[in-house]
Amino acid sequence: MMMKITITALVLTLIGISCVSAEPSAGPNLGRHASPDQIKRWQISVMPDGSGLPAGQGNVSQGKIIYLQKCQSCHGPDGQGASADQLAGASMKLTDEWPEKTIGTYWPFATTLFDFNRRSMPMLAPGSLSDNEVYAVTAYLLYLNDIIDEKAVMNANTLKKVRMPNRDGFINMYKDNDK
Amino acid sequence: MADKKLAGNPKQTIFKAVANNGLLDRRLLLKSGLTFVAASVTANMANASNANSKSAKKIDPANPPWMHTPGAPFSNYGKPSVHEEDVVRYPAANSQVDGNGSSWTPLHELEGMITPNGLHFERHHNGVPQIDPAEHRLLIHGLVKQASFFTVEDLLRYPMHSQICFLECGGNSNAGFNKRPVGASAGYFHGLVSCSEWTGVPLSVLLNEVGVDNKDHWLIAEGADAFAMNISIPMEKAMDDAILAFYQNGERLRPENGYPMRLILPGWEGVMNVKWLRRLTVAESPVMARNETARYTELLPSGKANMFSMEMEAKSLITSPSSGMHLQQKGLYQITGLAWSGSGKVSKVEVSADGGESWAEAELQSPVLEKCFTRFRIPWQWDGSESVLKSRVTDESGYRQPERSELISQRGRHGFFHYNAIVSWAVDSEGYVTHIYDDEDNDNGTGIDADWD
Repeated sequence: MMMKITITALVLTLIGISCVSAEPSAGPNLGRHASPDQIKRWQISVMPDGSGLPAGQGNVSQGKIIYLQKCQSCHGPDGQGASADQLAGASMKLTDEWPEKTIGTYWPFATTLFDFNRRSMPMLAPGSLSDNEVYAVTAYLLYLNDIIDEKAVMNANTLKKVRMPNRDGFINMYKDNDK
Repeated sequence: MADKKLAGNPKQTIFKAVANNGLLDRRLLLKSGLTFVAASVTANMANASNANSKSAKKIDPANPPWMHTPGAPFSNYGKPSVHEEDVVRYPAANSQVDGNGSSWTPLHELEGMITPNGLHFERHHNGVPQIDPAEHRLLIHGLVKQASFFTVEDLLRYPMHSQICFLECGGNSNAGFNKRPVGASAGYFHGLVSCSEWTGVPLSVLLNEVGVDNKDHWLIAEGADAFAMNISIPMEKAMDDAILAFYQNGERLRPENGYPMRLILPGWEGVMNVKWLRRLTVAESPVMARNETARYTELLPSGKANMFSMEMEAKSLITSPSSGMHLQQKGLYQITGLAWSGSGKVSKVEVSADGGESWAEAELQSPVLEKCFTRFRIPWQWDGSESVLKSRVTDESGYRQPERSELISQRGRHGFFHYNAIVSWAVDSEGYVTHIYDDEDNDNGTGIDADWD
């Protein structure tokens, strides 16, 4: 009997607590102001419309030198892949028995190359390439995939205008099915 | 578990079958007095383990030596028994970058619905950062009223919320796309999924504080690892049930699970649950990161690919008996496994012991929670004949897990992600269990089309 009373009291206490927490959750507002200058130092994302692309530029021949020094050990001399992804030189189409998903056959946005190479590559020294070097490597990879010509220079203006061959190759499952 | 005395032949009671080839009414599990035979890992492994054990010398269970010497002292942090040291994750990493790869949870060695923290699967793109929480900040900025930094200490003061849910890599089970069935143990094939109680700050609390007002916006999340993982999350999900998690199964996150903080998006593919979270940018559109375009998209036979397929579809598999195990004798066994769905609760799991000709409903272990592992069980009287065991889940949306042939015919062989077909285990007449495909699925060739970089 004593036990029953105790349990009832406990249950009531718990209900009481849950009533309090059922209010819309509000935080203690402990965020510290982030200034535009501070945000600039953190912000490394590059959007498909080119926003976030930094100043600077690079061309195909500069990119080739960097690629051979820092990329080819994992991706192969011509981007045909080794311990890491095949980047270029696809002989199979996406509908073939063994599709080759390269930058040229698969990647929908050129800006993604800049975003990814700047933040994640090379794997053993990520974030070590200067913006000019990232533009140059990006130019070389686009050239290897026959997307830009040998003389092209990549910068904030030109990169965002590069249209990738597989730009229309994707079905947006979120937008098309859930909205 | 391979103790033959434990595995004594059960009395030949006649039970009422609920499907062909010995599947029995799931309610029998609740009755007492049934003797089950233990399905064990192969006899060779069991013997090897005994030979290595210090207790290989003759011990009288009626009077064991550990009752005659004081036991080990206390410990600051407990570890599994030395006799369980084979219950481990199975790592597979890039040959040039040892922190790029994944490690599988040994689902076939575990019971219940919670994955122990040390066995939670890992998928890292460039290793596990060793983050000093005092030097870590979360920045929320972009289309917000007040761009803000938060320290870990700040965030630990916020109201918290817990959810028990599964977390599954989008590439889990993808060896199922192989043309030939892989022979790995169940967990080392399907174990890029785990289930934990995650506790943290509802993301909506923080987003409301900094001021977001458009549910069509996206949240671009970034991790503080050497990959600087970034991914785009629809605001609708972020405001619905996303958690900024600090605790896993009651303790602070392990480094390999995102210490000091990570996102948990219940039911959505693992890569979006960004570990080591350091930045959230509110934007009008997705960033189109490498891992939402070049990877984590599913190439279809048409040559088009699905993108932003974020919810994990319902899946189930039998964890015991499963590939590599050995039924040492005929008799009564418990078939058990796991089922889950990214869209809600599991409503039903059916099991077949005749390769899908007939099905019986399995018992679901309570609690059955949304977007969470659900343990299922059903008794099975094995008569020693060749049998094919399968499970299939139906979730509360009415979606039912497809046969492999259906999945392949709809999505082809090169989707790489979101493989959720029914798994078949063959039991031969000697009790050895192997992974098979249905006859019509078998064809020549091996390999899948992409690797894990």
